Amino acid sequence: MKPIMMPAATTADPPALRVENLSHAYGRRQALEAVTFAIAPSTFTVLLGLNGAGKSTLFALVTRLYATQQGRIEIFGNDIGRMPGEALRRLGVVFQSRTLDLDLSIMQNMVYHAALHGIGGREARMRAGAALARIGLAERADDKVRDLSGGEMRRVEIARALLHRPRLLVLDEPTVGLDIRARADILAQVRRLVAEEAVCALWATHLVDEISVSDDVVVLHRGRVLAHGAVPQVVKDAGAPDIRAAFVKLAQIPAPTSSEAP
Amino acid sequence: MSAETALIRPSGFSIAQYAICLKGIVWREGLRFLHQRERFIAALVRPLVWLFIFAAGFRQVLGISIIPPYEVYVLYEVYIAPGLMAMIQLFNGMQSSLSMVYDREMGNMRTLLVSPLPRWYLLAAKLLAGTAVSLLQVYAFLVIAWFWDIEPPPIGYLTVLPALVMSGLMLGALGMLISSAIRQLENFAGVMNFVIFPMFFASSALYPLWRVKESSPLLYYVCELNPFTHAVELIRFAFYGRIEWLSLAVVSGCTVLFMVGAVMAYDPSRGFLARRGEPGGGA
Repeated sequence: MKPIMMPAATTADPPALRVENLSHAYGRRQALEAVTFAIAPSTFTVLLGLNGAGKSTLFALVTRLYATQQGRIEIFGNDIGRMPGEALRRLGVVFQSRTLDLDLSIMQNMVYHAALHGIGGREARMRAGAALARIGLAERADDKVRDLSGGEMRRVEIARALLHRPRLLVLDEPTVGLDIRARADILAQVRRLVAEEAVCALWATHLVDEISVSDDVVVLHRGRVLAHGAVPQVVKDAGAPDIRAAFVKLAQIPAPTSSEAP
Repeated sequence: MSAETALIRPSGFSIAQYAICLKGIVWREGLRFLHQRERFIAALVRPLVWLFIFAAGFRQVLGISIIPPYEVYVLYEVYIAPGLMAMIQLFNGMQSSLSMVYDREMGNMRTLLVSPLPRWYLLAAKLLAGTAVSLLQVYAFLVIAWFWDIEPPPIGYLTVLPALVMSGLMLGALGMLISSAIRQLENFAGVMNFVIFPMFFASSALYPLWRVKESSPLLYYVCELNPFTHAVELIRFAFYGRIEWLSLAVVSGCTVLFMVGAVMAYDPSRGFLARRGEPGGGA
């Protein structure tokens, strides 16, 4: 195993997520090409890319919905292909599409998820209760999911993804379809997790305004990583005034559409 | 190894955790079923329509001679009852497959598949859950059928249980295999036309096979090769406390075959999922 040249990839502590030389094709169409990056523990990393950049494919590979065709993925040093169980138990996932059971109550959804991770009975309900209290939905535990707003569902999904206490949380465009207020809430919820509970988050988005200066960013465009690192560094390397301009420049987005695209 | 590994439990899962997972999946399937009242009613009405209307109409047309496991002349209603039990399970198996497609579209299937437990185990648990739901339906049907003079020896209600579990697993596994191959919900109509109807009609569910043989030897062989026929016969004999060994062998073999197929189909590296293309609902 050759250490790659990333600040995070020291041998003592494996990166939360390491993606190495990952390529994936659907038939002839190349969705990802030699994607390489690593994420240090306890960081908030934004995976920035336009629609069709390959973000969802990357998520399908990281969550082992698809097997890796080429390259490798490690979660805290556990290879997803060779040790899927060890890798997946360290991973919390929030998918882009809604994955809660609408007809079941919030608590039932949580308990079901806990069971899928081998957590049952009182322990499951205790964790679920605590998780719901933290997002201010404790008194609604027995409500049907159907009765929640879009933003509330997302918050429940994030709380659910953390029930088995993973240290890495990956979120695929979690703010899609939410209003500004809900978007801000979700973003704040995840940032708080990173700051206070040493969770590491990989946040996929096409919205530049969700990035903060203190984040790390991976710019993905047409299946390739164009830039990777701390936001100020990426901005500086691109020779741009800010991250929006850097993204526009890196992705070579034509000027007239730049105001609406990212 | 690292501090990270030390934080989490030692690797692997205990048997208790496997059991928790299975219980959770069965429990959710049961809850979902109870919440969908229309589904439960539809599952009951369908065989009852056959029993009350179809069987009554055909009672005079189709005389059933004494064939095992029957020891006396039986009414046509009595003859088709095991076939209707199997039909309930056939529909339930296909409906579970429908719900898996739906789950996949809605993303619930993803929640299941990112569980760290082995994928074959998750699918087997899902299969058991579907079978448990089908048992509920069959016994509800039997309660009503009892009032319609479908009265096996009382012990039959017990001896039919293992047969129903076997046939439920086989039909559920078949549904699962099919669910991996169909991409959209609308294709369920296709499943009806190309799987449910042919399987049901080209079987011993509605008429004894010796009668089929008289009219068409070819159809007779088709019926004999149809695993659904064997599910029906397994149930029919078990209902009267007997074992039909050939059917037992066929049903067991088909269950294993379909299950292995389904696990392979849902295996990320070999299955259709990987080949089929882009993640559903992805950007």
